[in-house]
Amino acid sequence: MHEMALAESILNIVEETARNQAATRVTGLRLEIGELANVESEALQFCLDVVLRGSLADGAQVEILTIPGQGQCLECGAIVRLSTLYDPCPQCDGYPVRPAGGQEMRVKDIRVE
Amino acid sequence: MCATCGCGINETGSHSHGHDHPHDHAAEGRLISIERDILAKNAGFAAGNRRLFTERGVFALNLVSSPGSGKTTLLAQTVQTLREEFPVAVIGGDQQTARDAERIQAAGAPAVQINTGKGCHLDAHGVGHALEQLPIPEGGVLFIENVGNLVCPADFDLGEADKVVVLSVTEGEDKPLKYANIFSAARLMLLNKTDLLPYVDFEVERCLEYARRVNPDIQILQLSARTGDGMVAWLDWVRQGQQAVLAQQISRLEAELTSARARLAVSGR
Ligand SMILES: Nc1nc2c(ncn2[C@@H]2O[C@H](COP(=O)(O)OP(=O)(O)O)[C@@H](O)[C@H]2O)c(=O)[nH]1
Ligand SMILES: [Mg+2]
Ligand SMILES: [Zn+2]
Repeated sequence: MHEMALAESILNIVEETARNQAATRVTGLRLEIGELANVESEALQFCLDVVLRGSLADGAQVEILTIPGQGQCLECGAIVRLSTLYDPCPQCDGYPVRPAGGQEMRVKDIRVE
Repeated sequence: MCATCGCGINETGSHSHGHDHPHDHAAEGRLISIERDILAKNAGFAAGNRRLFTERGVFALNLVSSPGSGKTTLLAQTVQTLREEFPVAVIGGDQQTARDAERIQAAGAPAVQINTGKGCHLDAHGVGHALEQLPIPEGGVLFIENVGNLVCPADFDLGEADKVVVLSVTEGEDKPLKYANIFSAARLMLLNKTDLLPYVDFEVERCLEYARRVNPDIQILQLSARTGDGMVAWLDWVRQGQQAVLAQQISRLEAELTSARARLAVSGR
């Protein structure tokens, strides 16, 4: 389960930033996860619960913001919403749709004291 | 209202939340914008590996698949032929054993095993250290056999030129849809164990259509590492990649040479 590795990377980024800002505690953490990214948000939440325990960010409120998937249909050329990598184009029902957004995984910001 | 947790208390001063921690409403803290890729650190190590590959003219491939699709069998056959033509080396990721590396060494190529323990994927940092234990296949090909897993390796760039996803015909033709991220990240799909097609229900055309649906640019080759059927096309694909890397290395070195000569001409004036 690579969500554990992702959670550890997130903690690294959070702790590094907090230290650089001389913060003593992190109370909030916001992530931006693309709808088409290779992540289970629930699994990530669970892993963060485990990984943040005992850290500077113990008890921080974690918010995962979903960035909608987008793609360009190679049949009709339309830019369309895409919620999986294999869905047909909602406009022409064609395939394939090349993803063009919604695969990102970012730490957006933290709230510190 | 408390902006930290959304609780309804609006007086200032400290209070305690049942679910977490006491905090001070007079100081709600600062918001620090980060906007950084979660895997930025891995990306940094991957860039380091990629720089090394570029400098030494190494064509690096990251082979991903579920366990048992035939990666090690395929690589043993592959290095046996290609080692006569240019340097080759193999890095293998395995949760426990060094058996795969032994199979590759028996086929005549240097190999090192990274034991990931419970880790379900290789990362660029681990590959960087493995590279210290190997003769770098200068001007040749490095094959990285990832941990058998169709989910996790998709996210971790190792610095490779291309990901190659291996799928065997015993796994079912719907795998490209079920594990769309990894098929989407791959340049080439190898459909292995075609010798078993008469014995399994596997609709090749449907599988290929699924793969192209999630990755319109994917290249596909069918082969059997057991019988050698289709191996020639795969070996040619690898040779072409290696030649392309060499061509890039030559133009890079020529550009360096030109600018060094220009500098010499200026300073000698
Ligand atoms: N029938 C058949 N069996 C194969 C083929 N390639 C590999 N195998 C067998 O599949 C099993 C797993 O192969 P291995 O190379 O260890 O897979 P890996 O886990 O992906 O490295 C072994 O028993 C191989 O002999 C093939 O093309 N045809
Ligand atoms: Mg193997
Ligand atoms: Zn369309």
